[in-house]
Amino acid sequence: MIPELGHFALWLALAMALLLGVVPLAGALRGRDDWMTLARPLAAGLCITVGIAFISLTASFVRNDFSVLYVASNSNSALPLQYRIAGVWGGHEGSLLLWVTMLCVWMGAVARFSRHLPLPVVARILSVMGWVAVGFLLFTLITSNPFERLFPAPADGRDLNPLLQDPGMVIHPPMLYMGYVGFSVAFAFAVAALIGGNLDSQWARWTRPWTLAAWIFLTIGITLGSWWAYYTLGWGGWWFWDPVENASFMPWLAGTALVHSLAVTEKRGAFKSWTVLLAILAFSLSLLGTFLVRSGVLSSVHAFATDPRRGLFILAFLVIVVGSSLTLYAWRAPRVGLGARFALLSRETLLLGNNVMLVVAMAAVLLGTLYPLLLDALGFGKISVGPPYFDTVFVPLMAPLVFLMGVGPLARWKQAELPELALRLRWAFAVAVVAALASGWLAGRITLVATVGLLMAWWIVASLATELWGRIKPRDGASVGARAALLPRAALGMMVAHLGVAVFIFGVTLVKTLEVERDVKMGTGDTTTIEGYVFTFRGVRELDGPNYRAARGWIEVTQGGRKVADMFPEKRIYRVQRNPMTNAAIQTGLTRDLYVSLGESVEGGAWIVRVYYKPFIDWIWGGCVLMMLGGLLAATDRRYRSRAPATAAPPLATAMPGIGTLEHEAP
Amino acid sequence: MKSLKFLIPLVLFGVLALFLGAGLKLDPREVPSPLIDKPAPDFKLARLDDPATTISREDMLGKVWLLNVWASWCVACREEHPLLVEFAKRKLVPVYGLNYKDVRADGKAWLSQHGNPYEASLFDEKGKVGIDYGVYGVPETFVIDRKGVIRYKQIGPLTPEVLRDRIEPLIKSLQA
Repeated sequence: MIPELGHFALWLALAMALLLGVVPLAGALRGRDDWMTLARPLAAGLCITVGIAFISLTASFVRNDFSVLYVASNSNSALPLQYRIAGVWGGHEGSLLLWVTMLCVWMGAVARFSRHLPLPVVARILSVMGWVAVGFLLFTLITSNPFERLFPAPADGRDLNPLLQDPGMVIHPPMLYMGYVGFSVAFAFAVAALIGGNLDSQWARWTRPWTLAAWIFLTIGITLGSWWAYYTLGWGGWWFWDPVENASFMPWLAGTALVHSLAVTEKRGAFKSWTVLLAILAFSLSLLGTFLVRSGVLSSVHAFATDPRRGLFILAFLVIVVGSSLTLYAWRAPRVGLGARFALLSRETLLLGNNVMLVVAMAAVLLGTLYPLLLDALGFGKISVGPPYFDTVFVPLMAPLVFLMGVGPLARWKQAELPELALRLRWAFAVAVVAALASGWLAGRITLVATVGLLMAWWIVASLATELWGRIKPRDGASVGARAALLPRAALGMMVAHLGVAVFIFGVTLVKTLEVERDVKMGTGDTTTIEGYVFTFRGVRELDGPNYRAARGWIEVTQGGRKVADMFPEKRIYRVQRNPMTNAAIQTGLTRDLYVSLGESVEGGAWIVRVYYKPFIDWIWGGCVLMMLGGLLAATDRRYRSRAPATAAPPLATAMPGIGTLEHEAP
Repeated sequence: MKSLKFLIPLVLFGVLALFLGAGLKLDPREVPSPLIDKPAPDFKLARLDDPATTISREDMLGKVWLLNVWASWCVACREEHPLLVEFAKRKLVPVYGLNYKDVRADGKAWLSQHGNPYEASLFDEKGKVGIDYGVYGVPETFVIDRKGVIRYKQIGPLTPEVLRDRIEPLIKSLQA
């Protein structure tokens, strides 16, 4: 009964979504309050029905109901409970249901936290999100029903893909989807504003915290995915430029551009049509990512079972959503106007430069991802674009971006003076150069690539320090502490996020230049030494997991005679799906990871063992966590928490002393 | 005329959508090979581990064998490699590698790192033999029979299903 209840709830949800898409929008168009006020109850109804469907599917998994086809394909009675729950999004159908559920979470949040918005605006926003929900509910119901029954029911299920049986995988997809879907809010705000014609800084101010929230989730999702790849795929890499990774990275780049562009639109009223375009772009890329993953047009490590009907449906959906929003854009955006004027050298220009660089980087990733498809479609045959392309194209694009990142926050709005800027930054630059060379020397190897990488990291740190000092140095009798306490969270968030970028670059550079990878044949008692760490192989024993058999190695690590760690890498064979899985053992440290994984067994009980020394690799994810924290600080800035009535706020934040000006007027 | 620039995103998206639509009709993993059931093209290449020894098509006549095209720069190869290693251990059929457009040292390092399922790897530095074999991308796998005729070609990584359902039965029937 439970699956039927879930299926019925989904149809009911479709009806709700259709009503939500039509009635409030029509109400906003004709100025009827009674229709518009229906937006919130309808959104709530949609949330509840989708919630019931989601819980039904989860219940089927928990109860091992293998008469449900999807459960039988993605679960097994020997699967531990947490992975049975994660199994809900372990396959295509359930992932879609998770997508819709996340959309409803965002919709519920918008309905709940939009009391200060004018009714027509809320009605339009929820309607637009309703239409997105219609598309995905139709997709689920027509092509990918997760509640389909299987007669006769099999005795047991085919088990969850072993790669997904991992704590990281339990939370990675929900976070990633929260991010993907979260951009639908910015999208809905943009489309609603285009329809209503009220594109002003007020709009940017409303959109900003939502965009930041989505961006934060996407950052967490991508970070988790990268970390998961590092410790489960067994070869120590952390990013592979795989189409599916790119699919999540492109919306992130567009979202990052959007976050910055919204700041300009909010503070200065400039870049309006550009900001709207970015909002549309970020969500379009999320949809495109879904298309690329689900349709099987690109081959990827992550490929889901593909079905041409699904591909066609989602392409049609993509065309309708993106096509109609871009048509609306082409029609309405010319009337939006340019907004406030600014000089050639100003923070606006620098932020525009940042936006252009981010969008170009995004386009480069898009091109690299789609290039095999384009050539194939044009009849030039099949090719694969690998990391060499992305490394050579992407990294040079990041260098000017990082340079701007140092200058931008110090430049004045509207008009900045070159001599003044140069004066303030010359010390930062000198410090960065010295620090880069010094840290390269300390690391023991100075190469061009490493120096450039370190220089970029230190440049960010030094310019951040310059900016921070400018903001908190004692002035007008206020002490450092007093001025620091006055720092708005948005400014603090920006600094923390930028520091995250520096930490990230630092980690990437040092891993790339200093890592040591060694593959050795080891019998019991054999040792190998890397960077002063002595790895002793203590043997391998067989062991039984709940649904797998494993060979578990034991490697003792000592340094200068002192024991550092016992490491237990595993090689698992999952009983149902029969594919081998490598579980690396990692000993994490602040300045280095020790990474051991089992290769092949060779004659005489010896094994090929991969021993890696990865300096500063955790800084990569640490940097991402800082970016996320920065986003969190910015999203919880005072001016988003205090909900002044919409009508009372003047259109430009610069007219609000103490809120708008304090943050960016560096003395 | 000024407002025309706002149409640019729409136009760009239209072009993209056309390509995506065309892409739907194509399967990235399946390309019909004109070489199926044709004699395998001639080759004579040095072994990866021993530049002094060469292997040619004639040496392979009389046995059913697998030719797996791989490279150390190929990410998808890492995906299929554990599978190939397991498969080679069962000794159903000799597996030969074609190390395609690679650097000798990199190729050798890669094999010692990921395991070596191959009887031998042919070192195709310039990719000339690969071109003769119509290699679109790496990895690819050919099944070649006793008479040196190509009987099957897998484009993209091998999967457990392909090995179990297509390659193994084919090998058994060819060896019978």
